[in-house]
Amino acid sequence: MPEEAEGTAAVPTREIRDFLRRRREQIAQRWSDEPVFRTVFTLSRDEAVEAGKAVVDALAQVADAARVEDPDAAGFTAVREQLARMGAARSRAGLSTAQVSSELAALRPPVENLLVSDLPEDATAEHVRACVTTLSVLMGTLRVVVMQTALSEGQALIDRQRLQLLEVATPVIKLWDGIVAVPLIGTLDSARSQVVMETLLESVVEQQARYAILDITGVPTVDSLVAQHLMKTVAAARLMGAECIVSGIRPAIAQTMVHLGLDLGTVVTRASLADALGYVLHQLGVGIVTPGTNGAVAR
Amino acid sequence: MLRLGEVLLVTLQGDLHDSTAQQLQEDLAETIVRSGATGVVIDVSGVEIVDSFLGRILAEIAGQTGLLAARTVLVGMRPAVAITLVELGLTLPGVHTALSTEVAMELLRQQAPSSRFGGLRQERL
Amino acid sequence: MHTAAGSQARLPIRSDMDLVWVRQHVRQAAAQLGFGLVDQTKLVTAASELARNTLVYGGGGTMETEPLVEGTTHGLRLTFSDDGPGIPDLEQALSDGFTSGDGLGMGLGGARRLVHEFGIESAPGSGTTVRVTSWVGRPPRPREES
Repeated sequence: MPEEAEGTAAVPTREIRDFLRRRREQIAQRWSDEPVFRTVFTLSRDEAVEAGKAVVDALAQVADAARVEDPDAAGFTAVREQLARMGAARSRAGLSTAQVSSELAALRPPVENLLVSDLPEDATAEHVRACVTTLSVLMGTLRVVVMQTALSEGQALIDRQRLQLLEVATPVIKLWDGIVAVPLIGTLDSARSQVVMETLLESVVEQQARYAILDITGVPTVDSLVAQHLMKTVAAARLMGAECIVSGIRPAIAQTMVHLGLDLGTVVTRASLADALGYVLHQLGVGIVTPGTNGAVAR
Repeated sequence: MLRLGEVLLVTLQGDLHDSTAQQLQEDLAETIVRSGATGVVIDVSGVEIVDSFLGRILAEIAGQTGLLAARTVLVGMRPAVAITLVELGLTLPGVHTALSTEVAMELLRQQAPSSRFGGLRQERL
Repeated sequence: MHTAAGSQARLPIRSDMDLVWVRQHVRQAAAQLGFGLVDQTKLVTAASELARNTLVYGGGGTMETEPLVEGTTHGLRLTFSDDGPGIPDLEQALSDGFTSGDGLGMGLGGARRLVHEFGIESAPGSGTTVRVTSWVGRPPRPREES
Protein backbone atom coordinates (compact mmCIF):
# COMPACT_ATOMS: atom_id res chain seq x y z
CA MET A 1 0.00 0.00 0.00
CA PRO A 2 1.53 3.34 -1.02
CA GLU A 3 1.99 6.03 1.58
CA GLU A 4 -0.76 8.59 1.88
CA ALA A 5 -0.04 10.85 -1.06
CA GLU A 6 0.44 14.51 -0.49
CA GLY A 7 -1.04 17.31 -2.57
CA THR A 8 -4.47 17.52 -4.08
CA ALA A 9 -3.64 15.57 -7.24
CA ALA A 10 -3.72 12.22 -5.48
CA VAL A 11 -6.79 12.84 -3.38
CA PRO A 12 -9.42 12.00 -6.02
CA THR A 13 -7.80 8.62 -6.72
CA ARG A 14 -8.01 7.81 -3.02
CA GLU A 15 -11.58 8.97 -2.91
CA ILE A 16 -12.38 6.74 -5.91
CA ARG A 17 -10.55 3.82 -4.34
CA ASP A 18 -12.57 4.10 -1.14
CA PHE A 19 -15.78 4.58 -3.06
CA LEU A 20 -15.15 1.45 -5.18
CA ARG A 21 -14.39 -0.64 -2.13
CA ARG A 22 -17.41 0.64 -0.25
CA ARG A 23 -19.86 0.20 -3.17
CA ARG A 24 -18.38 -2.99 -4.55
CA GLU A 25 -21.59 -4.99 -4.14
CA GLN A 26 -23.92 -2.35 -5.59
CA ILE A 27 -21.73 -1.66 -8.61
CA ALA A 28 -21.38 -5.36 -9.41
CA GLN A 29 -25.17 -5.77 -9.06
CA ARG A 30 -25.82 -2.96 -11.52
CA TRP A 31 -23.21 -4.20 -13.98
CA SER A 32 -24.60 -7.72 -13.98
CA ASP A 33 -27.59 -6.43 -15.96
CA GLU A 34 -25.41 -4.85 -18.64
CA PRO A 35 -25.08 -6.91 -21.84
CA VAL A 36 -21.30 -7.25 -21.59
CA PHE A 37 -21.70 -9.14 -18.28
CA ARG A 38 -25.16 -10.64 -18.70
CA THR A 39 -24.49 -12.33 -22.03
CA VAL A 40 -21.04 -13.66 -21.13
CA PHE A 41 -21.67 -15.03 -17.65
CA THR A 42 -24.82 -16.95 -18.44
CA LEU A 43 -24.67 -19.59 -15.72
CA SER A 44 -26.49 -17.42 -13.19
CA ARG A 45 -26.87 -13.84 -12.16
CA ASP A 46 -24.53 -14.56 -9.25
CA GLU A 47 -21.80 -15.54 -11.68
CA ALA A 48 -22.13 -12.19 -13.42
CA VAL A 49 -22.11 -10.38 -10.07
CA GLU A 50 -18.95 -12.21 -8.99
CA ALA A 51 -17.27 -11.30 -12.28
CA GLY A 52 -18.32 -7.70 -11.71
CA LYS A 53 -16.83 -7.70 -8.22
CA ALA A 54 -13.51 -8.93 -9.57
CA VAL A 55 -13.44 -6.01 -12.01
CA VAL A 56 -14.36 -3.51 -9.25
CA ASP A 57 -11.54 -4.89 -7.09
CA ALA A 58 -9.09 -4.47 -9.94
CA LEU A 59 -10.20 -0.89 -10.52
CA ALA A 60 -9.85 -0.11 -6.81
CA GLN A 61 -6.32 -1.49 -6.86
CA VAL A 62 -5.42 0.61 -9.89
CA ALA A 63 -6.86 3.72 -8.23
CA ASP A 64 -4.97 2.86 -5.07
CA ALA A 65 -1.72 2.85 -7.06
CA ALA A 66 -2.76 6.20 -8.61
CA ARG A 67 -2.33 4.78 -12.09
CA VAL A 68 -5.82 5.40 -13.48
CA GLU A 69 -4.44 6.29 -16.91
CA ASP A 70 -2.21 3.24 -17.24
CA PRO A 71 -3.60 0.18 -19.09
CA ASP A 72 -0.48 -1.74 -17.94
CA ALA A 73 -1.16 -1.08 -14.25
CA ALA A 74 -0.53 -4.15 -12.12
CA GLY A 75 -4.08 -3.99 -10.77
CA PHE A 76 -5.48 -5.20 -14.09
CA THR A 77 -3.37 -8.35 -14.10
CA ALA A 78 -5.77 -10.44 -12.05
CA VAL A 79 -8.76 -9.76 -14.31
CA ARG A 80 -7.00 -9.58 -17.69
CA GLU A 81 -8.05 -13.11 -18.60
CA GLN A 82 -11.65 -12.48 -17.59
CA LEU A 83 -11.73 -9.21 -19.54
CA ALA A 84 -10.30 -10.95 -22.58
CA ARG A 85 -13.02 -13.56 -22.32
CA MET A 86 -15.67 -10.86 -22.16
CA GLY A 87 -14.31 -9.00 -25.17
CA ALA A 88 -13.82 -12.18 -27.18
CA ALA A 89 -17.32 -13.47 -26.38
CA ARG A 90 -18.92 -10.25 -27.58
CA SER A 91 -16.91 -10.24 -30.82
CA ARG A 92 -17.86 -13.85 -31.41
CA ALA A 93 -21.50 -12.87 -30.94
CA GLY A 94 -21.05 -10.79 -34.06
CA LEU A 95 -20.55 -7.34 -32.53
CA SER A 96 -18.23 -4.91 -34.26
CA THR A 97 -15.31 -3.42 -32.36
CA ALA A 98 -17.22 -0.15 -32.09
CA GLN A 99 -20.25 -1.95 -30.64
CA VAL A 100 -18.15 -3.78 -28.05
CA SER A 101 -16.55 -0.49 -27.15
CA SER A 102 -19.92 1.20 -26.62
CA GLU A 103 -21.15 -1.71 -24.49
CA LEU A 104 -18.14 -1.16 -22.29
CA ALA A 105 -18.81 2.57 -22.21
CA ALA A 106 -22.25 1.75 -20.84
CA LEU A 107 -20.62 0.49 -17.64
CA ARG A 108 -19.65 4.02 -16.64
CA PRO A 109 -22.98 5.87 -16.04
CA PRO A 110 -24.30 3.58 -13.27
CA VAL A 111 -21.04 3.94 -11.36
CA GLU A 112 -20.90 7.66 -11.94
CA ASN A 113 -24.42 8.16 -10.61
CA LEU A 114 -23.56 6.22 -7.48
CA LEU A 115 -20.42 8.28 -7.01
CA VAL A 116 -22.16 11.61 -7.31
CA SER A 117 -24.83 10.62 -4.81
CA ASP A 118 -22.10 9.35 -2.47
CA LEU A 119 -19.94 12.46 -2.36
CA PRO A 120 -20.46 14.54 0.77
CA GLU A 121 -22.88 17.44 0.37
CA ASP A 122 -20.31 19.99 1.39
CA ALA A 123 -17.83 18.85 -1.26
CA THR A 124 -16.62 21.67 -3.47
CA ALA A 125 -17.66 21.71 -7.10
CA GLU A 126 -14.01 21.40 -7.97
CA HIS A 127 -13.62 18.25 -5.89
CA VAL A 128 -16.73 16.68 -7.38
CA ARG A 129 -15.49 17.42 -10.87
CA ALA A 130 -12.05 16.00 -10.07
CA CYS A 131 -13.54 12.79 -8.72
CA VAL A 132 -15.89 12.33 -11.67
CA THR A 133 -13.04 12.98 -14.08
CA THR A 134 -10.83 10.46 -12.32
CA LEU A 135 -13.56 7.85 -12.51
CA SER A 136 -14.12 8.58 -16.21
CA VAL A 137 -10.45 8.21 -16.93
CA LEU A 138 -10.32 4.96 -14.99
CA MET A 139 -13.33 3.54 -16.85
CA GLY A 140 -11.78 4.66 -20.13
CA THR A 141 -8.61 2.80 -19.25
CA LEU A 142 -10.66 -0.32 -18.47
CA ARG A 143 -12.10 -0.07 -21.97
CA VAL A 144 -8.64 0.15 -23.46
CA VAL A 145 -7.54 -2.90 -21.49
CA VAL A 146 -10.47 -4.99 -22.75
CA MET A 147 -9.94 -3.95 -26.37
CA GLN A 148 -6.19 -4.54 -26.11
CA THR A 149 -6.55 -7.99 -24.58
CA ALA A 150 -9.20 -8.97 -27.10
CA LEU A 151 -6.91 -7.98 -29.95
CA SER A 152 -3.88 -9.83 -28.60
CA GLU A 153 -6.08 -12.84 -27.80
CA GLY A 154 -7.05 -12.88 -31.47
CA GLN A 155 -3.42 -12.83 -32.52
CA ALA A 156 -2.52 -15.53 -30.01
CA LEU A 157 -5.36 -17.66 -31.35
CA ILE A 158 -4.00 -17.33 -34.89
CA ASP A 159 -0.51 -18.26 -33.68
CA ARG A 160 -1.84 -21.28 -31.80
CA GLN A 161 -3.83 -22.46 -34.79
CA ARG A 162 -0.84 -22.07 -37.08
CA LEU A 163 1.19 -24.24 -34.74
CA GLN A 164 -1.60 -26.80 -34.43
CA LEU A 165 -1.79 -26.97 -38.20
CA LEU A 166 1.93 -27.71 -38.33
CA GLU A 167 1.50 -30.46 -35.78
CA VAL A 168 -1.44 -31.98 -37.60
CA ALA A 169 0.68 -31.98 -40.77
CA THR A 170 3.35 -33.98 -38.96
CA PRO A 171 1.90 -37.34 -37.99
CA VAL A 172 4.19 -39.81 -36.31
CA ILE A 173 3.32 -43.40 -37.15
CA LYS A 174 4.38 -46.43 -35.17
CA LEU A 175 5.43 -49.01 -37.76
CA TRP A 176 6.59 -51.73 -35.42
CA ASP A 177 7.62 -52.15 -31.83
CA GLY A 178 10.50 -49.72 -31.52
CA ILE A 179 10.11 -48.17 -34.98
CA VAL A 180 8.42 -44.83 -35.69
CA ALA A 181 8.13 -42.99 -38.99
CA VAL A 182 7.21 -39.48 -40.11
CA PRO A 183 6.05 -39.16 -43.71
CA LEU A 184 6.76 -35.55 -44.67
CA ILE A 185 4.58 -33.90 -47.27
CA GLY A 186 5.08 -30.38 -48.52
CA THR A 187 7.73 -27.74 -48.12
CA LEU A 188 10.04 -27.84 -45.13
CA ASP A 189 10.74 -24.36 -43.82
CA SER A 190 12.43 -23.48 -40.54
CA ALA A 191 9.26 -23.45 -38.47
CA ARG A 192 8.05 -26.75 -39.86
CA SER A 193 11.45 -28.41 -39.54
CA GLN A 194 11.55 -27.43 -35.88
CA VAL A 195 8.11 -28.97 -35.27
CA VAL A 196 9.10 -32.13 -37.18
CA MET A 197 12.27 -32.51 -35.15
CA GLU A 198 10.53 -32.00 -31.82
CA THR A 199 7.58 -34.25 -32.68
CA LEU A 200 9.81 -37.04 -33.90
CA LEU A 201 12.13 -36.91 -30.89
CA GLU A 202 9.22 -36.79 -28.46
CA SER A 203 7.74 -39.88 -30.02
CA VAL A 204 11.12 -41.62 -29.85
CA VAL A 205 10.94 -41.19 -26.06
CA GLU A 206 7.26 -42.09 -25.80
CA GLN A 207 7.54 -45.22 -27.91
CA GLN A 208 11.07 -46.04 -26.75
CA ALA A 209 11.78 -46.32 -30.45
CA ARG A 210 15.34 -47.29 -31.32
CA TYR A 211 14.68 -46.47 -34.95
CA ALA A 212 13.00 -43.46 -36.54
CA ILE A 213 12.37 -43.08 -40.26
CA LEU A 214 12.02 -39.66 -41.85
CA ASP A 215 10.36 -40.16 -45.20
CA ILE A 216 10.77 -37.21 -47.55
CA THR A 217 9.01 -38.68 -50.61
CA GLY A 218 6.48 -35.85 -50.44
CA VAL A 219 9.00 -33.05 -50.06
CA PRO A 220 9.28 -31.22 -53.41
CA THR A 221 12.79 -29.81 -53.04
CA VAL A 222 15.76 -30.38 -50.81
CA ASP A 223 18.03 -27.36 -50.53
CA SER A 224 20.94 -26.83 -48.18
CA LEU A 225 18.62 -25.62 -45.43
CA VAL A 226 16.46 -28.75 -45.56
CA ALA A 227 19.56 -30.96 -45.69
CA GLN A 228 20.87 -29.15 -42.63
CA HIS A 229 17.61 -29.78 -40.76
CA LEU A 230 17.69 -33.47 -41.67
CA MET A 231 21.26 -33.80 -40.41
CA LYS A 232 20.39 -32.00 -37.17
CA THR A 233 17.42 -34.30 -36.56
CA VAL A 234 19.55 -37.36 -37.18
CA ALA A 235 22.29 -36.06 -34.85
CA ALA A 236 19.81 -35.23 -32.07
CA ALA A 237 18.15 -38.65 -32.36
CA ARG A 238 21.54 -40.29 -32.07
CA LEU A 239 22.33 -38.36 -28.90
CA MET A 240 19.15 -39.78 -27.42
CA GLY A 241 20.08 -43.31 -28.40
CA ALA A 242 17.99 -43.74 -31.53
CA GLU A 243 19.01 -44.21 -35.14
CA CYS A 244 17.26 -42.01 -37.69
CA ILE A 245 17.00 -43.14 -41.31
CA VAL A 246 16.09 -40.79 -44.15
CA SER A 247 14.02 -42.44 -46.87
CA GLY A 248 12.30 -41.36 -50.06
CA ILE A 249 15.12 -39.45 -51.70
CA ARG A 250 13.79 -39.45 -55.26
CA PRO A 251 16.31 -39.58 -58.12
CA ALA A 252 15.63 -35.94 -59.03
CA ILE A 253 16.35 -34.86 -55.46
CA ALA A 254 19.45 -37.01 -55.24
CA GLN A 255 20.67 -35.26 -58.38
CA THR A 256 20.03 -31.78 -57.01
CA MET A 257 21.79 -32.69 -53.83
CA VAL A 258 24.85 -33.83 -55.71
CA HIS A 259 24.72 -30.63 -57.78
CA LEU A 260 24.54 -28.49 -54.66
CA GLY A 261 27.35 -30.46 -53.11
CA LEU A 262 25.08 -31.51 -50.25
CA ASP A 263 26.31 -34.44 -48.32
CA LEU A 264 24.14 -36.19 -45.77
CA GLY A 265 27.36 -37.52 -44.30
CA THR A 266 26.99 -40.63 -42.25
CA VAL A 267 23.19 -40.56 -42.35
CA VAL A 268 21.67 -43.87 -43.39
CA THR A 269 19.45 -43.28 -46.43
CA ARG A 270 17.10 -45.59 -48.33
CA ALA A 271 15.21 -45.07 -51.58
CA SER A 272 11.77 -45.84 -50.18
CA LEU A 273 9.97 -46.14 -46.88
CA ALA A 274 9.61 -49.87 -47.53
CA ASP A 275 13.38 -50.23 -48.00
CA ALA A 276 13.97 -48.29 -44.81
CA LEU A 277 11.56 -50.50 -42.87
CA GLY A 278 13.29 -53.59 -44.30
CA TYR A 279 16.66 -52.27 -43.21
CA VAL A 280 15.45 -51.51 -39.69
CA LEU A 281 13.68 -54.85 -39.22
CA HIS A 282 16.86 -56.54 -40.29
CA GLN A 283 18.81 -54.52 -37.73
CA LEU A 284 16.32 -55.56 -35.06
CA GLY A 285 16.74 -59.16 -36.13
CA VAL A 286 13.14 -59.47 -37.27
CA GLY A 287 12.64 -61.54 -40.40
CA ILE A 288 9.68 -61.44 -42.73
CA VAL A 289 8.69 -64.77 -44.10
CA THR A 290 6.23 -65.16 -46.96
CA PRO A 291 3.89 -68.01 -46.08
CA GLY A 292 4.17 -71.00 -48.39
CA THR A 293 7.62 -70.27 -49.70
CA ASN A 294 10.18 -70.87 -47.08
CA GLY A 295 12.50 -68.12 -46.17
CA ALA A 296 12.37 -64.75 -48.01
CA VAL A 297 13.92 -62.62 -45.33
CA ALA A 298 13.76 -58.88 -45.43
CA ARG A 299 16.99 -57.10 -45.87
CA MET B 1 27.57 -44.40 -8.40
CA LEU B 2 26.10 -47.88 -8.43
CA ARG B 3 27.80 -51.07 -9.46
CA LEU B 4 25.86 -53.70 -11.40
CA GLY B 5 28.18 -56.59 -12.09
CA GLU B 6 30.85 -55.28 -14.42
CA VAL B 7 29.02 -52.04 -15.04
CA LEU B 8 29.11 -48.74 -13.17
CA LEU B 9 25.81 -46.90 -13.21
CA VAL B 10 25.98 -43.14 -12.70
CA THR B 11 22.81 -41.07 -12.43
CA LEU B 12 23.08 -37.33 -13.00
CA GLN B 13 20.29 -35.12 -11.70
CA GLY B 14 19.22 -31.51 -12.05
CA ASP B 15 21.62 -28.63 -12.47
CA LEU B 16 25.25 -29.65 -12.03
CA HIS B 17 27.98 -27.35 -10.75
CA ASP B 18 31.08 -27.23 -12.90
CA SER B 19 33.08 -28.56 -9.98
CA THR B 20 30.68 -31.47 -9.36
CA ALA B 21 31.05 -32.55 -12.98
CA GLN B 22 34.83 -32.35 -12.79
CA GLN B 23 34.80 -34.32 -9.55
CA LEU B 24 32.70 -37.02 -11.19
CA GLN B 25 35.20 -37.30 -14.03
CA GLU B 26 38.06 -37.88 -11.59
CA ASP B 27 36.13 -40.28 -9.38
CA LEU B 28 35.01 -42.35 -12.34
CA ALA B 29 38.52 -42.88 -13.63
CA GLU B 30 39.64 -43.97 -10.19
CA THR B 31 36.69 -46.31 -9.66
CA ILE B 32 37.17 -47.98 -13.04
CA VAL B 33 40.78 -48.70 -12.26
CA ARG B 34 39.98 -49.94 -8.76
CA SER B 35 36.96 -52.06 -9.71
CA GLY B 36 37.98 -53.32 -13.12
CA ALA B 37 34.59 -52.35 -14.53
CA THR B 38 34.17 -52.86 -18.26
CA GLY B 39 31.28 -50.53 -18.79
CA VAL B 40 29.94 -47.20 -17.58
CA VAL B 41 26.31 -46.17 -17.98
CA ILE B 42 25.60 -42.49 -17.40
CA ASP B 43 21.91 -41.76 -16.98
CA VAL B 44 21.22 -38.13 -17.95
CA SER B 45 17.42 -38.39 -18.10
CA GLY B 46 17.17 -36.08 -15.10
CA VAL B 47 19.46 -33.45 -16.60
CA GLU B 48 17.71 -30.35 -17.92
CA ILE B 49 20.62 -28.67 -19.61
CA VAL B 50 23.98 -29.73 -21.01
CA ASP B 51 26.17 -26.82 -22.04
CA SER B 52 29.53 -27.04 -23.80
CA PHE B 53 31.34 -27.46 -20.48
CA LEU B 54 29.32 -30.48 -19.33
CA GLY B 55 29.18 -31.77 -22.91
CA ARG B 56 32.94 -31.74 -23.11
CA ILE B 57 33.25 -33.49 -19.75
CA LEU B 58 30.93 -36.26 -20.94
CA ALA B 59 32.97 -36.66 -24.12
CA GLU B 60 36.18 -36.75 -22.08
CA ILE B 61 34.73 -39.39 -19.74
CA ALA B 62 33.93 -41.56 -22.75
CA GLY B 63 37.43 -41.11 -24.18
CA GLN B 64 39.06 -41.71 -20.84
CA THR B 65 37.09 -44.88 -20.04
CA GLY B 66 37.96 -46.11 -23.52
CA LEU B 67 41.62 -45.81 -22.61
CA LEU B 68 40.89 -47.83 -19.48
CA ALA B 69 39.35 -50.58 -21.61
CA ALA B 70 35.79 -49.77 -20.59
CA ARG B 71 32.88 -48.44 -22.62
CA THR B 72 30.62 -45.52 -21.78
CA VAL B 73 26.97 -45.36 -22.76
CA LEU B 74 24.99 -42.15 -22.31
CA VAL B 75 21.37 -42.89 -21.46
CA GLY B 76 18.07 -41.04 -21.63
CA MET B 77 19.04 -37.65 -22.97
CA ARG B 78 15.95 -35.45 -23.25
CA PRO B 79 14.88 -34.24 -26.71
CA ALA B 80 15.27 -30.57 -25.79
CA VAL B 81 18.79 -31.19 -24.51
CA ALA B 82 19.74 -33.19 -27.62
CA ILE B 83 18.41 -30.49 -29.97
CA THR B 84 20.32 -27.81 -28.08
CA LEU B 85 23.57 -29.77 -28.09
CA VAL B 86 23.32 -30.29 -31.85
CA GLU B 87 22.68 -26.58 -32.30
CA LEU B 88 25.75 -25.89 -30.16
CA GLY B 89 27.74 -28.10 -32.49
CA LEU B 90 28.43 -30.78 -29.86
CA THR B 91 27.33 -34.10 -31.33
CA LEU B 92 29.59 -36.24 -29.09
CA PRO B 93 30.71 -38.51 -31.91
CA GLY B 94 32.77 -40.86 -29.73
CA VAL B 95 30.03 -41.50 -27.18
CA HIS B 96 27.63 -44.44 -27.32
CA THR B 97 24.02 -43.65 -26.53
CA ALA B 98 20.89 -45.56 -25.56
CA LEU B 99 17.25 -44.79 -24.83
CA SER B 100 17.16 -46.61 -21.53
CA THR B 101 19.40 -48.26 -18.98
CA GLU B 102 18.10 -51.69 -20.06
CA VAL B 103 19.12 -51.08 -23.66
CA ALA B 104 22.49 -49.76 -22.50
CA MET B 105 23.16 -52.86 -20.38
CA GLU B 106 22.21 -55.05 -23.32
CA LEU B 107 24.57 -53.07 -25.55
CA LEU B 108 27.44 -53.52 -23.09
CA ARG B 109 26.66 -57.21 -22.62
CA GLN B 110 26.86 -57.83 -26.37
CA GLN B 111 30.25 -56.16 -26.54
CA ALA B 112 31.69 -57.50 -23.32
CA PRO B 113 34.13 -60.37 -23.20
CA SER B 114 31.90 -63.42 -22.74
CA SER B 115 31.74 -65.05 -19.31
CA ARG B 116 32.42 -61.98 -17.21
CA PHE B 117 28.77 -60.99 -17.31
CA GLY B 118 27.33 -63.71 -15.10
CA GLY B 119 24.54 -62.94 -12.66
CA LEU B 120 24.06 -59.31 -11.84
CA ARG B 121 25.50 -58.54 -8.47
CA GLN B 122 24.50 -55.24 -7.03
CA GLU B 123 26.68 -53.52 -4.51
CA ARG B 124 27.16 -49.95 -3.40
CA LEU B 125 30.53 -48.39 -3.95
CA MET C 1 0.58 -13.08 -9.61
CA HIS C 2 3.64 -12.39 -11.70
CA THR C 3 3.58 -10.03 -14.61
CA ALA C 4 6.18 -10.11 -17.35
CA ALA C 5 7.78 -7.12 -15.71
CA GLY C 6 8.46 -9.30 -12.67
CA SER C 7 11.31 -11.11 -14.36
CA GLN C 8 13.48 -8.05 -14.84
CA ALA C 9 16.55 -8.61 -12.72
CA ARG C 10 20.28 -8.23 -12.36
CA LEU C 11 22.38 -11.15 -11.14
CA PRO C 12 26.03 -11.24 -10.15
CA ILE C 13 28.40 -13.65 -11.87
CA ARG C 14 31.26 -14.16 -9.44
CA SER C 15 31.55 -17.91 -8.98
CA ASP C 16 30.67 -21.38 -10.11
CA MET C 17 27.60 -21.25 -7.92
CA ASP C 18 26.38 -18.08 -9.65
CA LEU C 19 26.25 -19.97 -12.96
CA VAL C 20 23.64 -22.23 -11.40
CA TRP C 21 21.60 -19.21 -10.27
CA VAL C 22 21.86 -17.66 -13.73
CA ARG C 23 20.56 -20.83 -15.36
CA GLN C 24 17.71 -21.19 -12.89
CA HIS C 25 16.70 -17.57 -13.22
CA VAL C 26 16.70 -17.63 -17.02
CA ARG C 27 14.74 -20.89 -17.01
CA GLN C 28 12.10 -19.39 -14.75
CA ALA C 29 11.85 -16.11 -16.65
CA ALA C 30 11.59 -17.93 -20.00
CA ALA C 31 8.95 -20.32 -18.71
CA GLN C 32 6.94 -17.42 -17.32
CA LEU C 33 7.00 -15.64 -20.67
CA GLY C 34 5.63 -18.73 -22.37
CA PHE C 35 8.73 -20.11 -24.11
CA GLY C 36 8.36 -23.76 -25.13
CA LEU C 37 10.56 -26.39 -23.52
CA VAL C 38 13.08 -26.57 -26.39
CA ASP C 39 13.40 -22.80 -26.61
CA GLN C 40 13.76 -22.56 -22.84
CA THR C 41 16.57 -25.09 -22.95
CA LYS C 42 18.32 -23.25 -25.78
CA LEU C 43 18.13 -19.93 -23.98
CA VAL C 44 19.30 -21.38 -20.65
CA THR C 45 22.20 -23.09 -22.41
CA ALA C 46 23.16 -19.87 -24.20
CA ALA C 47 23.04 -18.07 -20.84
CA SER C 48 25.25 -20.72 -19.30
CA GLU C 49 27.84 -20.35 -22.08
CA LEU C 50 27.87 -16.56 -21.86
CA ALA C 51 27.91 -16.46 -18.05
CA ARG C 52 30.88 -18.81 -18.04
CA ASN C 53 32.66 -16.53 -20.50
CA THR C 54 31.93 -13.57 -18.24
CA LEU C 55 33.34 -15.49 -15.29
CA VAL C 56 36.37 -17.09 -16.92
CA TYR C 57 37.50 -14.45 -19.41
CA GLY C 58 35.94 -11.30 -17.97
CA GLY C 59 36.89 -12.01 -14.37
CA GLY C 60 33.25 -11.88 -13.30
CA GLY C 61 30.44 -9.44 -14.00
CA THR C 62 26.66 -9.36 -14.15
CA MET C 63 23.71 -10.64 -16.13
CA GLU C 64 20.59 -8.54 -16.62
CA THR C 65 17.30 -10.00 -17.80
CA GLU C 66 14.66 -7.91 -19.46
CA PRO C 67 11.30 -9.11 -20.77
CA LEU C 68 10.23 -7.55 -24.07
CA VAL C 69 6.98 -7.18 -25.96
CA GLU C 70 6.81 -6.57 -29.68
CA GLY C 71 3.22 -6.46 -30.88
CA THR C 72 1.81 -9.62 -29.36
CA THR C 73 5.11 -11.47 -29.18
CA HIS C 74 7.01 -11.81 -25.93
CA GLY C 75 10.75 -11.95 -25.78
CA LEU C 76 13.57 -12.14 -23.28
CA ARG C 77 16.77 -10.16 -23.49
CA LEU C 78 19.88 -11.13 -21.53
CA THR C 79 22.81 -8.78 -21.13
CA PHE C 80 26.17 -10.02 -19.84
CA SER C 81 28.71 -7.39 -18.87
CA ASP C 82 32.18 -7.52 -17.41
CA ASP C 83 35.07 -5.10 -16.90
CA GLY C 84 37.64 -7.65 -17.97
CA PRO C 85 40.45 -7.29 -20.48
CA GLY C 86 38.07 -7.26 -23.46
CA ILE C 87 38.38 -9.18 -26.71
CA PRO C 88 41.00 -7.91 -29.16
CA ASP C 89 39.72 -9.74 -32.24
CA LEU C 90 35.94 -10.13 -32.17
CA GLU C 91 35.68 -11.73 -35.55
CA GLN C 92 38.07 -14.46 -34.57
CA ALA C 93 36.33 -15.00 -31.25
CA LEU C 94 33.03 -15.53 -33.03
CA SER C 95 34.26 -17.67 -35.91
CA ASP C 96 34.62 -20.93 -34.09
CA GLY C 97 33.71 -23.11 -37.03
CA PHE C 98 31.73 -26.09 -35.96
CA THR C 99 34.04 -28.43 -34.17
CA SER C 100 36.94 -26.37 -32.86
CA GLY C 101 36.53 -27.49 -29.35
CA ASP C 102 37.60 -25.05 -26.78
CA GLY C 103 37.99 -21.69 -25.28
CA LEU C 104 36.19 -18.49 -25.93
CA GLY C 105 35.16 -19.33 -29.45
CA MET C 106 32.88 -22.17 -28.50
CA GLY C 107 31.06 -20.15 -25.89
CA LEU C 108 30.32 -17.16 -28.10
CA GLY C 109 29.70 -18.91 -31.41
CA GLY C 110 27.67 -21.65 -29.73
CA ALA C 111 25.53 -19.19 -27.81
CA ARG C 112 24.92 -17.19 -30.97
CA ARG C 113 23.41 -20.23 -32.68
CA LEU C 114 20.97 -20.72 -29.81
CA VAL C 115 19.31 -17.29 -29.86
CA HIS C 116 17.49 -15.06 -32.33
CA GLU C 117 19.52 -11.90 -31.88
CA PHE C 118 23.12 -11.55 -30.79
CA GLY C 119 25.19 -8.43 -30.20
CA ILE C 120 28.61 -7.92 -28.72
CA GLU C 121 30.63 -4.86 -27.76
CA SER C 122 34.19 -5.22 -26.66
CA ALA C 123 37.54 -3.59 -26.94
CA PRO C 124 40.87 -4.29 -25.28
CA GLY C 125 40.83 -2.76 -21.81
CA SER C 126 37.19 -1.74 -21.77
CA GLY C 127 35.39 -4.94 -20.89
CA THR C 128 32.83 -6.96 -22.83
CA THR C 129 29.07 -6.69 -23.16
CA VAL C 130 27.09 -9.44 -24.87
CA ARG C 131 23.38 -8.95 -25.51
CA VAL C 132 21.16 -11.80 -26.70
CA THR C 133 17.41 -11.89 -27.35
CA SER C 134 14.97 -14.68 -28.13
CA TRP C 135 11.27 -14.51 -28.97
CA VAL C 136 8.48 -16.89 -28.00
CA GLY C 137 7.26 -19.10 -30.83
CA ARG C 138 9.66 -17.80 -33.46
CA PRO C 139 11.46 -20.48 -35.48
CA PRO C 140 15.24 -20.66 -35.10
CA ARG C 141 17.37 -18.56 -37.39
CA PRO C 142 18.86 -20.55 -40.22
CA ARG C 143 22.56 -20.96 -39.76
CA GLU C 144 24.62 -18.59 -41.89
CA GLU C 145 27.36 -21.05 -42.66
CA SER C 146 26.36 -24.38 -44.18
